[in-house]
Amino acid sequence: MSTFALGTIIALILGSAAVALCLRRLIRSVLLFVISWAGIAAFYLWAGAEFLAFAQVLVYIGAVSMVTLFAVLLTRRHDQPDLVIEPPARSRAAAGVTIGACVAAVLIPAILATEFPAASATAPTFSVRQLGLDLMEQHGVVLLVVGLILTVALLGAVVLAASKEDAS
Amino acid sequence: MTMLHVCLLFSGLLFCIGLAGALARSHAILVLLGIELMLNAANLNFIAFWRYGPPHASGSGPIFVLFAIAIAAAEAAVGLALVIAIYRHRQSVRLQEEARLKG
Amino acid sequence: MSPAVWFGEVGASLLAMDWTPAIASKLAPTVFPTGQTESAFAERLPLLLRDAVTGSLPEPWRWLANSLIAIVAIIVIFASLFALLTLAERKILGRVQNRPGPNRTGWGGILQPLADGIKMLTKEDIVPAAADRLLHFLAPVVLLALSIVTFAVIPYGRHLVPVELDAAVLYFFAAGAATELAIFMAGWASRNKYSLLAAMRALAQLISYELPLLLAFVPVVMLAGSLATTGIVAAQGGWLGGVLPHWHVLTPPGFAGFVIFMIAALAESNRSPFDLPEAESELIAGHLTEYSGFKYALFFMAEYLGMCALSGMAVTLFLGGWHAPLAALEFIPSYVWFAVKLLALLLGFIWIRATFPRLRIDQLTRLAWKFLVPLALINLLTGGFWVLTTHWTGGMLVVRWAIALVLVVGPFLALGRQFQARYAPRTYRYA
Repeated sequence: MSTFALGTIIALILGSAAVALCLRRLIRSVLLFVISWAGIAAFYLWAGAEFLAFAQVLVYIGAVSMVTLFAVLLTRRHDQPDLVIEPPARSRAAAGVTIGACVAAVLIPAILATEFPAASATAPTFSVRQLGLDLMEQHGVVLLVVGLILTVALLGAVVLAASKEDAS
Repeated sequence: MTMLHVCLLFSGLLFCIGLAGALARSHAILVLLGIELMLNAANLNFIAFWRYGPPHASGSGPIFVLFAIAIAAAEAAVGLALVIAIYRHRQSVRLQEEARLKG
Repeated sequence: MSPAVWFGEVGASLLAMDWTPAIASKLAPTVFPTGQTESAFAERLPLLLRDAVTGSLPEPWRWLANSLIAIVAIIVIFASLFALLTLAERKILGRVQNRPGPNRTGWGGILQPLADGIKMLTKEDIVPAAADRLLHFLAPVVLLALSIVTFAVIPYGRHLVPVELDAAVLYFFAAGAATELAIFMAGWASRNKYSLLAAMRALAQLISYELPLLLAFVPVVMLAGSLATTGIVAAQGGWLGGVLPHWHVLTPPGFAGFVIFMIAALAESNRSPFDLPEAESELIAGHLTEYSGFKYALFFMAEYLGMCALSGMAVTLFLGGWHAPLAALEFIPSYVWFAVKLLALLLGFIWIRATFPRLRIDQLTRLAWKFLVPLALINLLTGGFWVLTTHWTGGMLVVRWAIALVLVVGPFLALGRQFQARYAPRTYRYA
């Protein structure tokens, strides 16, 4: 049952990601990306990290997808297909896929050849309370730095994306 | 082949899909999404090792992923703001047309 | 059964499924956890009824049947509540506006929801020729499924929690945040520029009010020390002298959080005075312009269910969940108390709709970003202060209340005055 669920999740994530990167209609590929992010949240849930699963849904499906869709709509040329496949683009695509396949050809045998120490029999328990204590005590400084980075990044994004009044 | 192998193979494949997509597509937003996918694949590894690694009592894996998600959100916001800024400047978001630094 | 309801059920059952060993340990063997067995007969009545049906089944099937019964019960109860709510809303709005409201169908209009349902079902389902047919179909389905899924973590009674999660509050708001995607899909798939523009407006509103909504409940989580809804309700148990319940709304940070939460909840569920996304008199129907028939009804069902879920969450977080307001009234079953509080909040929603005029879009976003978000952030500070001073007793208790009240009322008055100084007195010109 559990393995079957994992198989479904993996197929969903890989399939939607692969199809999303091949589609020509941008909105659809973004929505397929959303499916694959949801699949990743399901994987976290499956692995027992439920807090992370909900954080993934909140951040990726709630926020990143919205920002992406807004960006797609703001950079859309009027009803023109977003991609015209030209010969240079085609060779570029072929090169990209080749490089991806090469990396896969290195990674997969490497993973298969590695012996890992035996897994723990039971899932590690990690309650939300424990997570909060760890975040606040052990990783308090990191939490502050991450908050700072987020604030600065979002301010920077607003400044970058804000349109000037005099631009036509 | 253990459960850990399965999870690592899966995240490796996801990483390669993201990489191929980021290199092959010319639309800036799709390239950014490909990079997001690679980040997510890395996150999956942390969770896989946390769940199926040798016995331990720490929560470093989930905490690292939590920070990675936060940074990924910041990256997406800045990246897409850059895309919008470039589009406003050049009326195009195709990466091969952005070869010049001089505006 | 309609496909949408089926999808919602599948979504809810997927969540309740035994597919993760870690989650399975938290889902008690029975879906409704049985903690205290000594409680009254009426308290355990729903569980006894369920066990009478599924008691004879072998273990894995019993678990599955229990989950299915929980899902069906939630859907049936809240779908009928939706039907009654539409009738109550039209009747109450009618009374407020000095007219009878619907009174032709059935006895005094009581069959009006049924008539509306039949009308919606038999209407032609029009899909624009240029529309993205798949997304056009998926948008209402996804929206409804996500609104139904949020009901899974609300504790309806002492023993009535469909799914006990460690991070239940986060789950609830994660599912709520994902509904934005469905609204975008609706606007985009219609292939109508007004639909798309209206969807962008709706999204801007939803994203703006997500912030105060999420910030408002953080003090409650700090007070209860738990992200689980059961933990938050348990933290509100007990009475001071048998009269004053320990509800979060009766503490200064909890009260401020409750008010901010309810305002943001109004906006999140597109209710008047924040019903700009589909303001009938201004925008036709916003992102719903190209929807008709049953799909339109599904959107409305999702809106009302979202309102019910947010009210249920407000009851859980601030109003003591299923706890009775007085110790002497504890003999009434807990789920009755939950229902009473939920209905009171829903009637409040309707009353607000009847009373307040609609905001303009700039007033709406300004209210969120310049008023509610700063207040919610200051309220975080108040919550922290309140948590740190729980051990103060005697005379210090007065000091504690005084400081907390100043922290709540001061920023409200200061921000409100600044708001009024800039935008008031308003001159009205009549067209």
